[in-house]
Amino acid sequence: MGYITDSFDVVVVGAGHAGVEAALAAARLGGKTLLATLSLDNVALMPCNPSIGGSAKGQLVREIDALGGQMGINADKACIQMRLLNTGKGYAVHSLRAQEDKPFYTTLMKQVIENQPNLELKQLMVDKLLVENGQVVGIEAETGEIFEAKCVILATGTYLRGRIVYGQVNYECGPNGLRSATKLSSSLLEHGVELMRFKTGTPARVDARSLDYNKMEPQYGDEEVRNFSFISDITTRTQVPCWLSYTNADTHKIIRDNLHLSGMFNGMIEGVGPRYCPSIEAKLVRFADKERHQLFIEPEGTHTNEMYVQGMSSSLPAHIQLQFMRTIPGLENCKMMRAGYAIDYDCLNPLQLKPNLEHKAISGLFSAGQSNGTSGYEEAAAQGLMAGINAMNKINGREPFVLRRDEAYIGVLIDDLVTKGTNEPYRMMTSRAEYRLLLRQDNADLRLTEKGRALGLVDDYRYERFTEKRSALERTLQKLNKLSLSPNEETNAKLAAMGTAPLRSGTKLFELLRRKEVTYAKLQEAFDLPEISAPVAEQTEIFAKYEGYITKQRQEVERALKLENKKIPDDVDYHAIKELSSEAAEKLEKVRPTSIGQASRISGVSPADVNVLMIALEVKRRKEQE
Amino acid sequence: MAEDTISAVITALGEGAVGIIRISGTEALAIGEKLFKAAAGKKLGAYAPNTLVYGHVYDFDASLVDEVLAVYMAGPRSYTAEDVVEIQCHGGLQSLQKILTLTYQAGARPAEPGEFTKRAFLNGRIDLTQAEAVMDIIRSRSEASLKLAVRQQKGQLANALRGLRKELLDVIINLEAVIDYPEEDIEEITFGEVKKSINFVCEGMEKLLAHAHTGKILREGLRTAIVGRPNVGKSSLLNALLKEERAIVSEYAGTTRDVIEEQLLLDGVPLVLADTAGIRQTDDFVEQIGVEKSKELLQKAELVICVVDGSEPLTAEDEEILQAAESKPCVIIVNKSDKDVDANLVQLQKRFGQERVMALSAKTTAGLDAFTAWLKNYVYGSEGALSDGVYVQNARHEQLLREALASLEDAVAAAEAMLPYDCIVIDVRNAIDLLGEITGDAVQDEIINEIFSRFCIGK
Repeated sequence: MGYITDSFDVVVVGAGHAGVEAALAAARLGGKTLLATLSLDNVALMPCNPSIGGSAKGQLVREIDALGGQMGINADKACIQMRLLNTGKGYAVHSLRAQEDKPFYTTLMKQVIENQPNLELKQLMVDKLLVENGQVVGIEAETGEIFEAKCVILATGTYLRGRIVYGQVNYECGPNGLRSATKLSSSLLEHGVELMRFKTGTPARVDARSLDYNKMEPQYGDEEVRNFSFISDITTRTQVPCWLSYTNADTHKIIRDNLHLSGMFNGMIEGVGPRYCPSIEAKLVRFADKERHQLFIEPEGTHTNEMYVQGMSSSLPAHIQLQFMRTIPGLENCKMMRAGYAIDYDCLNPLQLKPNLEHKAISGLFSAGQSNGTSGYEEAAAQGLMAGINAMNKINGREPFVLRRDEAYIGVLIDDLVTKGTNEPYRMMTSRAEYRLLLRQDNADLRLTEKGRALGLVDDYRYERFTEKRSALERTLQKLNKLSLSPNEETNAKLAAMGTAPLRSGTKLFELLRRKEVTYAKLQEAFDLPEISAPVAEQTEIFAKYEGYITKQRQEVERALKLENKKIPDDVDYHAIKELSSEAAEKLEKVRPTSIGQASRISGVSPADVNVLMIALEVKRRKEQE
Repeated sequence: MAEDTISAVITALGEGAVGIIRISGTEALAIGEKLFKAAAGKKLGAYAPNTLVYGHVYDFDASLVDEVLAVYMAGPRSYTAEDVVEIQCHGGLQSLQKILTLTYQAGARPAEPGEFTKRAFLNGRIDLTQAEAVMDIIRSRSEASLKLAVRQQKGQLANALRGLRKELLDVIINLEAVIDYPEEDIEEITFGEVKKSINFVCEGMEKLLAHAHTGKILREGLRTAIVGRPNVGKSSLLNALLKEERAIVSEYAGTTRDVIEEQLLLDGVPLVLADTAGIRQTDDFVEQIGVEKSKELLQKAELVICVVDGSEPLTAEDEEILQAAESKPCVIIVNKSDKDVDANLVQLQKRFGQERVMALSAKTTAGLDAFTAWLKNYVYGSEGALSDGVYVQNARHEQLLREALASLEDAVAAAEAMLPYDCIVIDVRNAIDLLGEITGDAVQDEIINEIFSRFCIGK
């Protein structure tokens, strides 16, 4: 029999990247919050790759930061190498990626959690979700302790009935030897929550001292020191390299000869794995012609010898993993400190969730991160932040906080999840964002800081820095649009010096800045303009050089918004609209979209179905009026 | 928020003496005034609403298109309850097509299937009892439109579009893979390759637009040749076709003096029959066309009607013509079915396929209906009719294709300027979406699926 220990506004189950953002947001918004974790030593653990950011993920981190989340600040502090990826491919796809000191990241985040007012951190195994009359009322731990809650946020990661597989070895377990949460799944099922089974995996870790660095290519960070967070001021950073090497025919032979032993192929793994994160054995099977696969050796921190072998995720038996790694240049004498493994786990079908990440049938139950079928620290953190905000909005009787697809990658991520669902662990990619040019990492603050401020998550310090930057940008744009150059000798000589063509008629400086070879710095020097900060100069240049394309995307957004703003009431009976195709009715019933725009994105709902739906809604409206 | 202004032909096409183009939306009057000049020199908006105004439609180069009547109906007192301009022009295909295109150029977008009715309902113009009928219209017209694209010409249009779309997807997939997986060893596509692929697609689209099949048939008629050795019954077939109640015939002088083309509208399908000179003067001119002339006619034809005599075994001459016809879109008429010897029929059906070989008697006209039905299906697909919905779709397809082409031209310009990938991708994706609107294919998951199936990616 349980007994009531305490009551909270919000209880967060799990202290991974989703859980910590959720708990911090809820506590910062004034909610009395409990963060329950299986292990106090593993708060914000990075059980897989030692990096944060990358394509699309870097954008997510910046958005989390602009809204007042913690990940960016923490990642900047624990960073041991930073690179800006895709610099040659356009501003929209520039992405920051950091190598992290994993143990330090965990320590830093735990400090933030421990020092957050309103937030209690507890080591607990949660066994039961408590629901009364379709409303969450709390959780029960294995100790019998009951914690009452107005809202519960599930951030269970890969721990729900987690099971680890390598070779013939398999046992119930979370990552890194942590406990598996074996009972919570059945409690969720009892309350009618629909679960799926997914799989992910991680490669082996090897001892840094056992590697031959002469045989691998070093990969250094950028010389220019950058930060994720708009309020980080880190200007110097000791950076450590990663190392690049390749598999070869010998590696492949060993793997092929032992395929039957892999958890992937011997029937031990039931879950669906991600295509973008295949095990090395899956790569060899699916791309049989490829003669070599690249791998990166990445440090796990500065106070450990463990090195992460990126690209070599495997569920082969441990001795086979060692055997094939030793065929790789630089790894001939490697010592394996941990074997790679695959992990199977339960997660929620995200189609059960509303756009505010609340369960449709259980009021007050929210879910975020891998427990919603995503993959990645950044995707998890983004959802955690949104779930924390929305739990508090619900408690405070405020409207759900939902970001649109044209406002943030976070919006794309959540809309995809609750509209299309996912049949594999979902990873953010820039190609999923149709308005990619608007959702840049450089303007995440311009897009979201005001929203974070309105919510109450952006403090005065961040807000002042932001408004300063914004006014500097406005001033600069005004100036450049006002100042005109005449095509005289002096001007053209200056232009020639910057390597650009002479003028034929009077031209605004802003127009001049559109030219590929012209930068603000060059204009500033030649025409005596005020000095501005690098981020403001960059924004100005993007405004000038990309204006045409930005306008194009904004027009698309305008068009899409017409459908987005047409709301669908909660009580539509889709099966009663007989002009809908049966597939469409089925899907609409499952997703229960909140707007016509969302309905139009459901696969299986055709443009004709959308039109029929609009008519049906109008019929409903008129009948109700009568 | 204001809705787009849309336009379409709203009258059934074909024999009508008058055709009507409707423009509906906030910009309706402005667009109407760009095309229409009242004979009295005033603007359309200067007349009281609902006044029928006599005047002319001019092209943007000021050339005259047609003599028309125009009417402006101010919302909500119109069919859609929006501002509406309707232009009544001569019912000919060319005039309607031209004016419709001008409305697009002036800023209207093609109406979606059933969209006027949908707006009328949403704006309260149609009462609740008709809601189901409205949904049915939308549903059936949308389906007819997609089917049209897919089935038209046995899917040639859809196949061609899908081929072009695939070429574009290949470009996108490579660019997206490189963007989303910057550190994988994926071979990067070069600006030159991007340009080459896009240019290839542009050429394909230009060709499609030039020959946009149904559109072109509607405008110019399907170039058809009736071939066969002498005395198989070509001229009696032609006469039988011409006598069909619904056939409308007119005569056009060709570019050379000795070539005369007949244009006829056969149950809604416009045909241009080549070299039927003097048919009414000398009954048997067509009959005198022999093997050599038949082969010559075949070359220019878009449809070959190959006539054989069903009452006699096939001759070497028949065989020669059949062989030449085989490489062209053709239909084989086994004539003289009244004589009841159809030995050739089964044999020919085996060779050319059941549906393309039909028995017919030009004398008794037995089988003629089946032939016209086949012809309609061949041109418009099985949903077939020249009802306005379908016609609108043809014009809409063409407009979508034009917009896609414009997007690709932007993409080429971007590639030439060596603008970053993210810009090029925007234009190419837009083109892919527009093509998908014609064939009903959505793109989103396709790109991601293809990235994973083509490139070995991941940690």
